[in-house]
Amino acid sequence: MPTASQQPENQTLAELCGRGRPRSVILRSFQEGTVRGLLVGCAMFSILVTTLIIGILAYETARFLQDVSVVDFLTGLEWNPLLGAERHFGIWPLIVGTLLVTLVAAVFALPIGLVTAIFLSEYAPPWLRAILKPILEVLAGIPTVVYGFFALIVITPALQGLGRLVTGENTFGAYSAGAAGIAVGIMILPIVTSLSEDAIRAVPKGLRDGAFALGSTKFDTSVKVVVPAALSGIMASYLLAITRAVGETMIVALAAGGLAQMTVLPWEQVQTMTAYMVQIFLGDAPATGVEYKSSFAVAGVLFLMTFLLTFAGYRILLRFREEYE
Amino acid sequence: MDRAFAIICLGITLIAVLALALLLASILIAGFPGLSWSFIERYASRIPEQAGIKAPLFGSIWVASICAIVALPVGVATAVYLEEFAAKNRFTNFLRINISNLAGVPSIVYGILGLTLFVRMFGLFGPIQNPAFEIGGETFAIYYDSTGEPLRVPVTSRNETPSLTTGSIGYIQDVLDGPDGELIFTNNWVPIPLTIVNVDTEFTPAYGVISAIDVVEPIDYEIQKPWYYVQFPFGQTVLAGGLTLMLVVLPVVIISSQEALRSVPRSLRAGSMAMGATRLQTVFRVTLPASIPMIMTGAILAMSRAIGEAAPILVLGVALFITDVPQSLMDAFTVLPMQIYNWTSRPQEEFRALAATGIIVLLVVLLAFNAIAVLIRQKFSRPLQ
Repeated sequence: MPTASQQPENQTLAELCGRGRPRSVILRSFQEGTVRGLLVGCAMFSILVTTLIIGILAYETARFLQDVSVVDFLTGLEWNPLLGAERHFGIWPLIVGTLLVTLVAAVFALPIGLVTAIFLSEYAPPWLRAILKPILEVLAGIPTVVYGFFALIVITPALQGLGRLVTGENTFGAYSAGAAGIAVGIMILPIVTSLSEDAIRAVPKGLRDGAFALGSTKFDTSVKVVVPAALSGIMASYLLAITRAVGETMIVALAAGGLAQMTVLPWEQVQTMTAYMVQIFLGDAPATGVEYKSSFAVAGVLFLMTFLLTFAGYRILLRFREEYE
Repeated sequence: MDRAFAIICLGITLIAVLALALLLASILIAGFPGLSWSFIERYASRIPEQAGIKAPLFGSIWVASICAIVALPVGVATAVYLEEFAAKNRFTNFLRINISNLAGVPSIVYGILGLTLFVRMFGLFGPIQNPAFEIGGETFAIYYDSTGEPLRVPVTSRNETPSLTTGSIGYIQDVLDGPDGELIFTNNWVPIPLTIVNVDTEFTPAYGVISAIDVVEPIDYEIQKPWYYVQFPFGQTVLAGGLTLMLVVLPVVIISSQEALRSVPRSLRAGSMAMGATRLQTVFRVTLPASIPMIMTGAILAMSRAIGEAAPILVLGVALFITDVPQSLMDAFTVLPMQIYNWTSRPQEEFRALAATGIIVLLVVLLAFNAIAVLIRQKFSRPLQ
């Protein structure tokens, strides 16, 4: 019988031996190899996802282009796939609608986001920062369908009132690119703010100290030294935010309207690429019809746009990272 | 000049605060009056006063759970590979670019992928309504007996027409009398011997008595689905929805896990290796435990995103009018954001109010999720030095 005092010591030793490095080299390399294989498999899954997205979109777009010519699709200025005797499948009204909403969102969010980021990193005292950062995080966590609701019941009436006040007429309708754009702007504001702030904070303190030593005010330092130094990071945040705006679905499906038209007036209603897809997938268009297939082609164009934007953002961010490391 | 700029900055910063305040205020004003326990307990209805949110609430919980169960292991494993094992070469670089690209793909595009890959499975297994492979379910042919009650007869597949004679066994649903005299249909099916009667002869309608014309072909087929029942293709089911959301949040999980692993000091890894631990032991006993709080925080944020996504679920073509809580992986479902979208897109004021109440429920669910994240962070976080 081992004594009570020996028992725990023995156990710990046994435990240590049992949990240690496997003695057998073969077993060890087998273990490492298996786990490594599993990890590689998981990493490969992301490549599979990309391949499938590109493959499916390319295949379905090709099927759509058997019914509608490429030239009509890519150069047509009329998008009228559901109604009327003569249906038109020119993508430009959808692209213009998407860009108009994105432009409104960008005009709203990019300057405000940058100024907020400057304020948070250069001016705000720690206690104020501790309040403002969580508020922005909450804003970032709100589902987009909630912003869509907000656009309909708050932003649209506000813009309608403003329109009446300025022009004396009913300029804004129940649906408008402007209302959707502002809601999208509020949605992307936290993205711009947090990424830009990261970029601004990454600027070495030495640069600021140098500017102060040369007699600059805080304003001069922030605007003429810190922001230019962080410019590539800020640009990357802008591009990422714009990517999100281009791909945003629920807000525009609720608030931007359903009429695909070529317009640059924010009080008109527009249909974006994503809103068109919602219309098709929610409606009961037969899965064999041209209009159903067209939504895949629209998705293909959308994917291409966001792909280029993300890629550009990634390249800029890489350059920015190299600068201070 | 300097002071003026600071004040302008503060004013502009407050726009974000103002936006959040307006947003929450408008939702609370429109939605709070409708908030009640019965709203959470009721199913969808065309009459606004009787509509509730039970089906989407449970649908969201199911879908988010499936999404978490799949996305977390795959995402963390990918991050571990990229941060701890991958060599610094062109291929690794390509992997990284690919993941940041996936993070930028609009969620509606993932919906299209989910529709083709999970809901339809490229059409390889036949149409959704008549799946080619079914595992684990019990198939029944449905007849109506002379009382008009449904009668089930077990069959092996949807294509089989059972030959019924007098004396064959059918199953009839057990009905209980409720406390207020209403009938409660139970899930209990009791066997009953069938009596086939000729159309010409007179007979009194009774349970199990069925006319000869009605036994020629079943009215419909029904599948009793235990939770492990699987069909190929998945169709518009909870599993397809959860997997589609998994695609949406996977890049987010990977990127946040990578950041978590990167935040573990190099000295910890070096110390472990110097003690003779293998790479694998270092990862599982040192690096992962040290970064778990951050990984969990990122994971919860990703799950919040999954709960709030409507676009990919919408593309799958899920039914808008669900009056049951999912019981198995292969049941129809809807999610909170879809129901909110549906209510918001209707012109009537009453449905707008319902949407606001639904948003309150959604935000409470998200809040609960984030509270769990904070708890986990506190429970697991240990100082690294």
